Amino acid sequence: MRPELDIAHEPGVAKPDPVLLIDGMRRSFGGLVAVDVGHLEIQRNTITSLIGPNGAGKTTLFNLLTGFDSPDAGHYTLDGRLLVGIAAHRVAQRGMVRTFQLTKVLPRLTVLDNMLVAAKTQPGATFRGAILGRWQGAESQNREQAMSILERFGLTSMVNEYASRLSGGQRKLLEMARALMVMPTVVMLDEPTAGVNPVLIQSIVEHVKDLRESGMTVLFVEHDMDVVQSISDWVVVLAEGRVIAEGPPGVIARNPLVIEAYLGKHRGVDVA
Amino acid sequence: MDWTQVLAAGVIATIGPVTAGYALSAIGLNLQFGYAGLLNFGHVAFMLVGAYGTAMTVEFGGPLWLGVIVGVVAAVLLGLLLGIPTLRLRADYFAITSIAAAEVLRLVVRSSWAEPQTGGVFGIQGFATDFHRLNPFPATELYGIGQFVVTGRTLWVIVVGWILVLIATLFVARLIRSPWGRVLKAIREDEDATRSFGKNVFAYKLQALMIGGAIASLAGILFALEQQSIYPGAFEPRITFILYVMVILGGAGSIWGAVLGAAVFNFLFYATDTLMARLQANVDWIGAILSPAEAGLIKYFLVGIALMLLIVYRPQGLLRSRDEGPADAA
Repeated sequence: MRPELDIAHEPGVAKPDPVLLIDGMRRSFGGLVAVDVGHLEIQRNTITSLIGPNGAGKTTLFNLLTGFDSPDAGHYTLDGRLLVGIAAHRVAQRGMVRTFQLTKVLPRLTVLDNMLVAAKTQPGATFRGAILGRWQGAESQNREQAMSILERFGLTSMVNEYASRLSGGQRKLLEMARALMVMPTVVMLDEPTAGVNPVLIQSIVEHVKDLRESGMTVLFVEHDMDVVQSISDWVVVLAEGRVIAEGPPGVIARNPLVIEAYLGKHRGVDVA
Repeated sequence: MDWTQVLAAGVIATIGPVTAGYALSAIGLNLQFGYAGLLNFGHVAFMLVGAYGTAMTVEFGGPLWLGVIVGVVAAVLLGLLLGIPTLRLRADYFAITSIAAAEVLRLVVRSSWAEPQTGGVFGIQGFATDFHRLNPFPATELYGIGQFVVTGRTLWVIVVGWILVLIATLFVARLIRSPWGRVLKAIREDEDATRSFGKNVFAYKLQALMIGGAIASLAGILFALEQQSIYPGAFEPRITFILYVMVILGGAGSIWGAVLGAAVFNFLFYATDTLMARLQANVDWIGAILSPAEAGLIKYFLVGIALMLLIVYRPQGLLRSRDEGPADAA
């Protein structure tokens, strides 16, 4: 465990070196306010988990931050650059890459192609570049990068298989590996351990830690409290669209507001 | 019963202008549907624009070569105009708008309002004389052996047509084997995933629509040059669906699949046509139950059954491995 941040454990607290700053972000669907985050900062080079009961707005917040949805109001900055109203692919180009709750690999592309297609630098990925044809150099560099990432994720033996051949857990790993091809500063993982067997969960946890060790910031949505407790530097709790608490995992687990949000006010009262 | 005649009809159609033209158009559709996953149900519109662009330019007094350029440029513009408002929509909405756009175009060139320019229902004739003047083969001479013969006029169209098919195939192959083509396949597999790693999905889809459209316009132009005649009835929606059958038959998303699909389809189609006509004329009991016109319709049934069997037992098409699966499965 890394040293805890020496800051107050309250919603919207200022962090010493925030990579992501969210202000007044609101999104409603009809009458339902899905997200209403007043102020939230994500500290650079940490693992921050976003938790909350079902319907708390975690995935909606992810969509808003990555350009897959646009907020009704509010804005956010990544590394000091304003990102609101920017298309999803531009958010990724600026260094914030996401994965999906329902894993999205490209089934009829090989594992290697799944990686190469996401490469940040490839002149042959434009129509002009493809016609001119001088992309082999970049391709072999990208292939090297892809192979080393795949090796880290234990997918080397699957390189030339179609991604449709991978197991559910391997798909999660491939999706995470692919995100790294973009060389992101912030990686956003939407439930990386959902539906994955316990052995693989351990491996995914290690990979998430690796991301932090190699200098990235990880923001992830997670339901498995053991995972949250074991790897988070900081936990942000969302309920009904609002940030109701934030702090180190040990503190959050004892926070009465959080327990209430998860279990309801009348916990312990027999329902029958 | 002369089986050589049946075979000859199939073979001549397979190597003839009809297959070259359909193959060209199918190559364009394969780029859009087989690789980019675009459900373009208005593909025939690109052929229409190519053919009318060429014919109308000549009608207005321009040279034929300029007409060909106008036809191709018009198809690229059609791709742009059709794509900008619709490619951001979900795939099924794009499919609906594309077929509607194609029908609108056909009805416009067919309307009496446009008749002074487009010739209305009768279309435009006799604009391709310059093309046939370039023919190095004596137009009325027969080439081939036995019943497998074509005229010099047709041979000229065959040569030009298949050269275009070869160029288009190599061009698409170069694109598909590049990282650009890989992004296109990624979009077919999952648009949101492709967005998430920083690719501008909309721009790629627009490019695929425009390039595929330009290739299809060459098919329209080839048919127009061959027949020296165009009319709106030749650009009905069923052409688009025949093209889909060819692309899926050959293997959507395989480089040579579109060409093979067009060849196999046309072989079956024309051989069955001749077979039924022969049977109707020569076999008494068939002649007794079918009129010549009815016998002509049987080919659609038989082709349909053959295609159903293919789709059921080999949904990935002739040229794709089973691993890659059918064109639409994720």
